[in-house]
Amino acid sequence: MTIEEKQQEIIEEFNVFDDWMEKYEYIIDLGKDLPIINENYKTEDRLIEGCQSRVWLHSEYKESVMEYTADSDAIITKGIIGLLIQVMNKETPESILKTDLHFIKDIGLQEHLSPTRANGLVGMVKKMKTEALKYINQ
Amino acid sequence: MFRTIQNKLICTFGNIMTDLIKKPFNVKEIREQFPALRQKIYGKNLVYFDNGATSQKPQIVLDAINLFYSKENANIHRGVHYMSQKATTEYEASRIRIQKYLNAKKSEEIIFTKGATDSINLVASSYGELLQAGDEIIISAMEHHSNIVPWQMLCIRKGLVLRVAPINKKGELLMEEFDQLLSKKTKLVAITHISNTLGTINPVKEIIQKAHAVGAKVLIDGAQSIQHIKVDVRDLDCDFFVFSSHKVFGPTGIGVLYGKEDLLDRMPPYQGGGDMISKVTFERTTYNELPFKFEAGTPHIAGGICLGTAFEFLESLDMVAAEKHERELAKYAEDILDTFEGLHIIGEAKNKTSVVSFTVDGLHPFDLGTLLDKQGIAVRTGHHCTQPLMDFFKIPGTVRASFAFYNTKQEIDLFVEAFEKSLFMLK
Ligand SMILES: Cc1ncc(COP(=O)(O)O)c(C=O)c1O
Repeated sequence: MTIEEKQQEIIEEFNVFDDWMEKYEYIIDLGKDLPIINENYKTEDRLIEGCQSRVWLHSEYKESVMEYTADSDAIITKGIIGLLIQVMNKETPESILKTDLHFIKDIGLQEHLSPTRANGLVGMVKKMKTEALKYINQ
Repeated sequence: MFRTIQNKLICTFGNIMTDLIKKPFNVKEIREQFPALRQKIYGKNLVYFDNGATSQKPQIVLDAINLFYSKENANIHRGVHYMSQKATTEYEASRIRIQKYLNAKKSEEIIFTKGATDSINLVASSYGELLQAGDEIIISAMEHHSNIVPWQMLCIRKGLVLRVAPINKKGELLMEEFDQLLSKKTKLVAITHISNTLGTINPVKEIIQKAHAVGAKVLIDGAQSIQHIKVDVRDLDCDFFVFSSHKVFGPTGIGVLYGKEDLLDRMPPYQGGGDMISKVTFERTTYNELPFKFEAGTPHIAGGICLGTAFEFLESLDMVAAEKHERELAKYAEDILDTFEGLHIIGEAKNKTSVVSFTVDGLHPFDLGTLLDKQGIAVRTGHHCTQPLMDFFKIPGTVRASFAFYNTKQEIDLFVEAFEKSLFMLK
């Protein structure tokens, strides 16, 4: 699946929800289920400090694609991380850099990626891309 | 002679009049004056419990803002034309109204600023110039960043020492420890009247007496007090008192610094520009008198005038009954929240206002805040600009519900319902 197809899949999944609470129930479940990061990777250099919640991001470059693992102390942030990773994982640095993550807006969660939300997610997306940039043309 | 008596009569009569026009406290009637409270958020009736961050505005203030920009807009202190004269008169009338409300001796002691933060920075910059290396400033462990960082910056600039008076786990200032920090070296005590995170009401009168006894000046951060309790700066005997208009039902972008006249007179100007000068030549400039010495440039004219309107609103209110209502709301909310397992109220001072801050074991405040928001409940989550205080309690933040007199028990019931639903979803 391409990144765009993965985004479309999530948008369709979210279309079935009638209200906010259902959406959040789904995100919270995602957050609870995800075994996201190796505890050893929760280090200062992997930390993205939001004003409200914190995010840790670890990335590796393997067999021409990026592999991301991440975590947060807030479960809703963690659920959204789950969605971002679902979309960006195992993709080439080139396609990650090109990606416009429109699905976040389409499913009505753009507030979480606004700089005022201060939950570390904006910093995380930026970091996912700068990490990918390191491996471009390798 | 006759005139002073006449003035006195008018003043006394004026006071009686305002007492008479105070209506009995009635939440329903008060709510009707706040249009922002009557709206739906995500399809739910708004429950606004973020009054610590900013208050909503009564219709009378909204009308005043509209009127100023529709009909009265003009620059002040510099025009002979009708509109400029009128705007100047109203701006200065607002200053006098605030002076009377605070019971300051003179209107020259009321400086218009951008807000509490700006007022504190003004004092740090200007009063700070009078201090010398080795002098000490005392703050408390529960200060807002606005009442920490300007002093840290000043300490670095002038080689001063910043001391922090500790608190106990209930969120009360430890007075014995505070006493021990006081010495001849103490030149300023800068302390909050009421903690924005905990609701603690500090014993500022006692603090001021003790600080004065060692020759120190005292700045009271009134950002969270003036909207809840009657403030009398002469009774308190504080040297500086600061607050923001937006938390006291007025517009944003304006606030007040009260300072004792002799002290303000001794302080150098803060910023240079128009209005603050007496005469300018390239060789030498002399400064204007108080309060203009500290008000460089065109001020927030509409803000200043409409802050006066906000005080007019406050004057019409039975503040004692309003505060009683707010405390009842806080008690009602705390009694319900106390029954939840794993919930901890942060801030249990004996003397506190209508702020209820709490954490829930295993849950992040951000998650609770996000889910409450989606149910129409506006609370604040996070560190509330008091990171050192959060470090003291070893928590990343709290959920804070801060009530104003226009809130109701029914709203608390809606909040509790939404809170229970959020807990259920997160656990
Ligand atoms: C105790 C306290 N001090 C100072 C401030 C700063 O007020 P402003 O941001 O309006 O300047 C606040 C506002 O949150 C506060 O609660």
